[in-house]
Amino acid sequence: MANSADAVDGHDLGDRHERYDLAVVGAGPAGLAAAAAAAEHGVRVALLDSAPWPGGQFYRQPAAELRASRPQALHHHWPAFQRLLARLDVARERVTLLADHHVWSVTGGSGAFAVRALTGPDQRQARQLTARQVLFATGAHERQLPFPGWTLPGVVGAGGAQAMLKAGLVLPGRHVVVAGSGPLLLAVASCLVTAGATVPLVAEAADYLGYARGARVLAANPGKLVEGAQHGATLLRHGVRLRPRTAVVAAHGTDRVEAVTLGRLDAAWRPVPGSEWRVPCDAVAVGHGLVPQLELPLELGCRTRRLPDGSAALVVDAAQRTSVPGVWAAGESTGVGGVQLAVTEGELAGLAVAGQTAAPRELLRRRARQRAFAELMAARHAPGGGWTQWLDDATEVCRCEEVTARQVRDAVSELGAPDQRTVKLLTRAGMGWCQARMCGPAVARLCGAHDDGAPTRPLSTPVPLGLLAECDTPAPPSEGAPDDHP
Amino acid sequence: MRRGPLDLVRARPETPFEFSFDGEPVTALPGQTVAAALWQAGHLAWRRTRLGDRPRGAFCGMGACYDCLVELDGTPNVRACLAPVRPGALVRTQRGDGHGELR
Repeated sequence: MANSADAVDGHDLGDRHERYDLAVVGAGPAGLAAAAAAAEHGVRVALLDSAPWPGGQFYRQPAAELRASRPQALHHHWPAFQRLLARLDVARERVTLLADHHVWSVTGGSGAFAVRALTGPDQRQARQLTARQVLFATGAHERQLPFPGWTLPGVVGAGGAQAMLKAGLVLPGRHVVVAGSGPLLLAVASCLVTAGATVPLVAEAADYLGYARGARVLAANPGKLVEGAQHGATLLRHGVRLRPRTAVVAAHGTDRVEAVTLGRLDAAWRPVPGSEWRVPCDAVAVGHGLVPQLELPLELGCRTRRLPDGSAALVVDAAQRTSVPGVWAAGESTGVGGVQLAVTEGELAGLAVAGQTAAPRELLRRRARQRAFAELMAARHAPGGGWTQWLDDATEVCRCEEVTARQVRDAVSELGAPDQRTVKLLTRAGMGWCQARMCGPAVARLCGAHDDGAPTRPLSTPVPLGLLAECDTPAPPSEGAPDDHP
Repeated sequence: MRRGPLDLVRARPETPFEFSFDGEPVTALPGQTVAAALWQAGHLAWRRTRLGDRPRGAFCGMGACYDCLVELDGTPNVRACLAPVRPGALVRTQRGDGHGELR
């Protein structure tokens, strides 16, 4: 191993820390592919993930004690996952899988990075390693847009319902309305009905006809059509109706959700007056697309760009290098594009880290094709500005701090708050436990932005104060804005 | 019998066990998180909010939203969607910030 990893942040670390050529943060499809490709070419890799097993959100599996003999029944692209695991197994002498490691800080530069993680029960045990290069495959979380009643128990994230089903083999209810926007909704609805729930309908705020305008991109990605058709066939078989240009405009109930009001939307996502109807249900699975998780790369100063749906994603070059030397990224962190693009990018990044400069042409072509589809998808499901019209004064926008739409609007119109950050200081919206992961995009849009706003957060996971005090590095930079919004 | 998630993946879980939720016995399957076990038993809420005293439970299901905070074996602010449930665990509805007894 190179000696350059001995000094991190100007301190000689001696033998206190493990050293690797590459730290891959995130063991989802992108991280697995990157770790495999790099290790196959001699790179010593540490692969870290907060979950107890590899796979990320996409390949979440039931715990071993549940002894599922057909976990693939809840998954698409399962053989690809098995192939990745098999490759890692072959390269196991060069890959250290650190599961159950919540990475909360990556600092350093120029060939020596310090990666700090929390592990053990309740994540109270600190672990630090050093690596010459870092690769972020940190994935994404759901974009949420609030509506009256969305804080009622039984209203859950669409991805959340799927995660709980894949890992815990449980459903939030028997009659689950699926709503929001984006292709994930079809996957979630198809998972739910296959697992025994009834789905009265899937309400998609955008118009699927919009995809027709991207006919060439679609034709270049036949796999996406097949996947869409498979979900469609499952939904059809279970009598699930897909309603485009429709949204849940309110959820009803006292201590749990009992019904929703659905409404037709116009092209700008404004509810059409008089179009509302009520559907009884005991759960709602809702999400409006995915947004990259960028806390750690932003802490290192990696540049971002805006995608057509308003999300911020890492800028990477042809070799998946970020703007910071020694820092690479693959998968949803460079722009949400789904599992196949994530694997392609991970593969290319792993090869590049290993110094394999001549990437296979087929991989490069595949990435271009899959990225074109991702851009089309982002544009088709970009939240329309009209969604704010379904909020009432009492709708809680910030779930953690219980800040209402009225409070946010007052901060903007009465107190003149120009942006998300000022609204946060005035109302505490985004200041709670989740650090604006849930309300950030909504608050930014309520401030008049046409995008998800600033994605930076000081820490990627809550850290005991004692650990921060032990840290011998300067505090990471706090609030900042993406590069296109200085 | 109605087909459920366990049938779908042909799960043959290890022996179920009990834990306590607000004093009531609840059955869990080994390997489930606190949140999954509570969902399976039909409970969707296990926290009351600090300001409005409103019920909350799991939302994001992946450890990002912190809506599912619960008191587990006397420790408040545990993410129920991540924490595995163990036999005999004492799970209690978290009220406010979970440190009410300190005031």
